[in-house]
Amino acid sequence: MDAESIRLLATAGVMGLGTVGPALAIGILAAKGLEAIGRNPEAASKIQTAMILSIAFAEAIAIYALVVALIIKFV
Amino acid sequence: MHIEISAEKIFDIFGFPVTNTLLMAWLAVAILGFVAFRIYSKLSIIPSFVQNILEFVMEKILDLMEGIFGSREISEKYFPVIATIFLFIIVSNWIGILPGIGSIGFIEKSSGKEVFVPFFRSAASDLNFTLAIAISAVVLVHIFGILAIGVRKHISKFISFKSPIDFFVGLLEFISEIAKMISFSVRLFGNVFAGEVLLVVTAFLVPYLIPVPFLMLELFVGFIQALVFSMLTMVFISIAIAEHR
Repeated sequence: MDAESIRLLATAGVMGLGTVGPALAIGILAAKGLEAIGRNPEAASKIQTAMILSIAFAEAIAIYALVVALIIKFV
Repeated sequence: MHIEISAEKIFDIFGFPVTNTLLMAWLAVAILGFVAFRIYSKLSIIPSFVQNILEFVMEKILDLMEGIFGSREISEKYFPVIATIFLFIIVSNWIGILPGIGSIGFIEKSSGKEVFVPFFRSAASDLNFTLAIAISAVVLVHIFGILAIGVRKHISKFISFKSPIDFFVGLLEFISEIAKMISFSVRLFGNVFAGEVLLVVTAFLVPYLIPVPFLMLELFVGFIQALVFSMLTMVFISIAIAEHR
């Protein structure tokens, strides 16, 4: 296997593996957040703020994987 | 179809290279400055259309800040920084979706091949732009912490000799500050650059109708990234100005 093909495989592999964790994390966060809003609709906006914040943290991990994939492919 | 991570230089000003992302950042600053000066000279009790929109945006941001800081007074104190970060990022993200950005340019010869260089490119798709805002935000959080509770108390959050565990936690906090800078900049860069690549690829594959949902996604992502950046800065400021534990 030459370097070019390994590069292509590595790019796809990084994205494939690296987005599983964040996807699960965001799903669990959103589920718990929605459940909390369902239990206590009055606190909806506080829960929403905290939920959006935590989802942004989880998504950043997927973006790290994306940046590594971009570096492998283009640099 | 050519995708380039680093921004391309368009021309020089006395040896200082001006890239296409820098041009877009200047455009965003020009738009914000123009709107600000025009409204400032014509403020009135009965608001005009534009003043109404700006007052609405200001109220919303202040309400968000009040939810995190607790008091309206503290929110108004830190409002300029948070609102600047929010408005700058959202304006530069949204003008990057306009038609002509990324598609109008010139062909230049570089390293033997001919490459297409667009005149304009989303400002946040340049790591320099996002890193600059990220470093300023983290440094400002520290400055606000020192201004609010004093140098000794702020430093004692990071360097404390009370017990080995406290010392270790302080060391971790140091490292976490660097991680914050990287995380802020890479989050915004990754989102906007990936959005640009997505738009280029869909326009390349099916130019009619299919890019529309992706443009809407880009609009949404631009807004969310600006919101997340300013909300995280808000949260870090609120942690920095609080007394220890």
